[in-house]
Amino acid sequence: MSLDSATVRRIAKLARIRVDDAEVGVLQTELNAILGYVDQLNEVNVEGVAPLSGGAQMAMRLREDTVTDGEQAENILANAPDRVGQFFAVPKVVE
Amino acid sequence: MSLLNLTIAGTAQALAAKKFSAVELTAAHNAAIAALNPRLNAYITTTPELALAQAQAADARITAGTAGPLTGIPLAIKDLFCTAGVRTTAASKILEPFVPPYESTVTRQLLEAGTICLGKANLDEFAMGSSNITSGYGPVENPWKRNGSDARLVPGGSSGGSAAAVAARLALGATGTDTGGSIRQPAAFTGLAGIKPTYGRCSRYGIVAFASSLDQAGPMARTVEDCAILLGAMSGFDPHDSTSAERAVPDFGAALGRGVKGLRIGIPAEYRMDGMSGEISALWEKGVAWLREQGAEIVDISLPHTKYGLAVYYIVAPAEASSNLARYDGVRFGARVDGEDLIDMYERTRAAGFGAEVKRRIMIGTYVLSHGYYDAYYLKAQKVRNLILRDFNNAFERVDAILTPTAPSAAFGLGEKMDDPVTMYLNDVFTVPASLAGVPAMSIPAGLSAEGLPLGLQVIGKHFDEETVFAVSAALERAAGFTAMPSVRAE
Amino acid sequence: MAYSLEGKTGTWEVVCGLEIHAQVISESKLFSGASATYGGAPNAHVSFVDAGFPGMLPVINRECVAQAVRTGLGLKARINLVSRFDRKNYFYADLPNGYQISQFDHPIVGTGDVEIELQDGTIKHIGITRLHLEQDAGKSIHDQHASKSVIDLNRAGVALMEIVSEPDIRSPEEAGAYLRKIRQILRYLGTCDGNMEEGSMRADVNVSVRKAGEDFRTRCEIKNVNSVRFVMHAVEAEALRQIEVWESGGEVRQETRLYDSARGETRSMRSKEDAHDYRYFPEPDLLPLVLEEEFVAGLKAKLPELPDEKRRRFCDEYAIPFYDAGVLVAEQATADFYESVAKGRDTRLAANWISGDFFAAMNRTGRSIENPPVSGAALGELLDLISDKTINGRIAKDVFEEMVETGAMPGAIVEAKGLRQVTDTSAIDAAVAQVLAANPDKVAEYKSGKDKLFGFFVGQVMKAMQGKGNPALVNEAVKAQLG
Repeated sequence: MSLDSATVRRIAKLARIRVDDAEVGVLQTELNAILGYVDQLNEVNVEGVAPLSGGAQMAMRLREDTVTDGEQAENILANAPDRVGQFFAVPKVVE
Repeated sequence: MSLLNLTIAGTAQALAAKKFSAVELTAAHNAAIAALNPRLNAYITTTPELALAQAQAADARITAGTAGPLTGIPLAIKDLFCTAGVRTTAASKILEPFVPPYESTVTRQLLEAGTICLGKANLDEFAMGSSNITSGYGPVENPWKRNGSDARLVPGGSSGGSAAAVAARLALGATGTDTGGSIRQPAAFTGLAGIKPTYGRCSRYGIVAFASSLDQAGPMARTVEDCAILLGAMSGFDPHDSTSAERAVPDFGAALGRGVKGLRIGIPAEYRMDGMSGEISALWEKGVAWLREQGAEIVDISLPHTKYGLAVYYIVAPAEASSNLARYDGVRFGARVDGEDLIDMYERTRAAGFGAEVKRRIMIGTYVLSHGYYDAYYLKAQKVRNLILRDFNNAFERVDAILTPTAPSAAFGLGEKMDDPVTMYLNDVFTVPASLAGVPAMSIPAGLSAEGLPLGLQVIGKHFDEETVFAVSAALERAAGFTAMPSVRAE
Repeated sequence: MAYSLEGKTGTWEVVCGLEIHAQVISESKLFSGASATYGGAPNAHVSFVDAGFPGMLPVINRECVAQAVRTGLGLKARINLVSRFDRKNYFYADLPNGYQISQFDHPIVGTGDVEIELQDGTIKHIGITRLHLEQDAGKSIHDQHASKSVIDLNRAGVALMEIVSEPDIRSPEEAGAYLRKIRQILRYLGTCDGNMEEGSMRADVNVSVRKAGEDFRTRCEIKNVNSVRFVMHAVEAEALRQIEVWESGGEVRQETRLYDSARGETRSMRSKEDAHDYRYFPEPDLLPLVLEEEFVAGLKAKLPELPDEKRRRFCDEYAIPFYDAGVLVAEQATADFYESVAKGRDTRLAANWISGDFFAAMNRTGRSIENPPVSGAALGELLDLISDKTINGRIAKDVFEEMVETGAMPGAIVEAKGLRQVTDTSAIDAAVAQVLAANPDKVAEYKSGKDKLFGFFVGQVMKAMQGKGNPALVNEAVKAQLG
């Protein structure tokens, strides 16, 4: 499979990365090289093989339901690029 | 005596014997960093005052008799570990202003053990790379030089700053992280020992995530023993990480003297790859001979899906990364570039904040997860990943550990292998399979190339059997007798 | 008769399924130790995990898992002993990680079944497709600042259960009844408080229309409808809109819409337009959720009696009509109150009093079943006074009002005011004689055949006795003396 420039733009949009026209061509070439390389997986017969999603082979531990965190709004907001009072602030969103 | 050229184990004895203080040791490292870091760029952020304050506390512990084996040991901390009150960038411009109000579990444990933080070591941006050239804060220079050449070489990556710092005597040891070889390959390129433990051995809490199902912290140091000491302090169950293993931490140091007598060492046929340099295969042969001489049984094995490891890795890791890096949106922390509206702000922030390699991987990851392509790429890769795990499980029914080269070549020059991303990715061909399977793997310096550059061998073990990995690595280290030092180093 | 809508081209059937988002009752959040309590100062109930800080990792809350299992059991659904969490990726200002942790193709609860009752008494079954656990998002507030939206992450990471129904709903009434029923079950189970005003329960409504015998047509999803009434309106408004689109030769486009309650219409949601490629994949920071059989069995053993079973038991055990039982079991607390009053007493009398005078007093005084206008013990004592004929029913109503007003016990009121009913036949006879003597013309009319006047005489006697006469004895005496 290979990507056309429209797909590169669509993916960039999904990933919320602004790309200019010059970048689209470069990305298209590079991404196609990577996709070309990974296409070798088509050789592998995976019939009946379960997907392996994690690095750890165990069941999940469950945490007790107690409040152990929070009540530190200043720490949470300390790195914010913009804030209004105790809120994070972003450009106005129209729904 | 030079305070910079010791091992961690040796330093601990000297500190205990009051041959010098932790403050003197730290001051010597601070001075060496001030002198050499402008050239090597091994540290993004240095913390000399913090280090001295920690050294004073360490000296107090030593005097009080409450010191442990790591009290007063100065370390470089890869700038992927969040450190409370100390800027943490992940080598990305998008995190340039970020000062975490929290400490990663691994570095917290190291601080509790009394180690000293000299600074935050450079790396590939978000740990994505094999040469440290993708850092948003400039590349790292490998302190090693080819014979008779002053050409700048890469230290490997992504833990390239950690590797260069320890090799150039700007730290006694360092933390690294390894997602597809990011500890082992730079260790090999700089003549160090480095281990990626079993997935789940070290907590990932507070480590900036690249690919969650692969990321593991581990130590880098100048000897196998130093790695064992460091890993002991870095490991352990952490209730804040659901993938952390609820297991006791063994005494890794105790395994070093076990020897390899009676151990079965697997040699995988598939790691003999086309185009592998003659000196790499010769070194591998040497390693086999060393182990055989010490009483190990050498067994030819097959890991049939090895060649697909990289392809799997370059689907799985970018997919997870594309999601893990979505949080860098300029809203709660990090850099922001203003825009006309929210979406425009996101797109400008991320375009300016991420470097080219990170963008590439986010794009690939987004694509392989997107509607209509998930099955063909991501799901397929997960299935092949399972086959790779099965390969290792099958092999470990017959052998106790596996020996391979760490990397297909010695360190290369800045600017080499940069024609296209795939050429660069091939660096990871020997390290990626163990990452995909989650098994522990260690690189140890085993010899020099004809050009005088260090070469590494890799020992791969069973899940949670780092002890055998250490036993085999220590045996190889003894046999190799690697004593060479880089030409650029602090004295 | 089945619900349908008439269009220009004929009769249309409405097809509807609900996705109900119910906030799980727990102390802390699904994946962090921050408080799950509603409200609080902005960003107070937030951990670094909730705010998506670098290196932060989720750790699942046992109680949230238990709540999902309890709910699954309450919906008579299959519990999946192995389930999995996935990431749903999209960018939004109040979604800190850029993804929501949810469950995509391996939910914790599978198919189930819910019984609803319609106005005409019909019982209908609505299939449950699945229930899964997921995180809530934070809150974007758009009216706090002139040029900025501001973000509060207090809700971010709170556990939600998404309960997905089959497209079995065929009318606004059914949609309302289903939502109310789910709310009732969750409240009984104690897994969600069902408070729709505070947003702890809201529904995404999937609506399509079709002609009789057709397959399903394209559906639209109306997001975040937050009351039973609005859900019912939204179903109808959206169905009418779609009928108009189809009948004017257009094509209904699959999309996400918003219900505008002020205008009573649905409209397209611009902001969600390009967000439909969610790139779900298994959450690598979590492991598969594996439940032990004993864990599920333990929860099952402690499950409370649910409204349907309770209603049937009330009919059998207390011999009250099915409808009345339904009223009494609507809320667990009401059912408990009824049982505490009815035990050992006249169960029908108890049912009538609670659904009548008691509810009326509760509504009038603005009290609740948890803080009732009259305690169960006091109401029970009143019923006892009626049953042992200390007072009659008429007087009992006065006593009850006095109890509501003063909080006094009924026995004390009866004594203080001398309200015991009179059963002394000589006193009754005397009163009857007096009334008949005072109304000779009426007596004559009665005797000439105007039977209806019998009630008049009884009334006059009761009045003369200040209402305290035993009604049966008074009747008897009037009859005897009229000959």
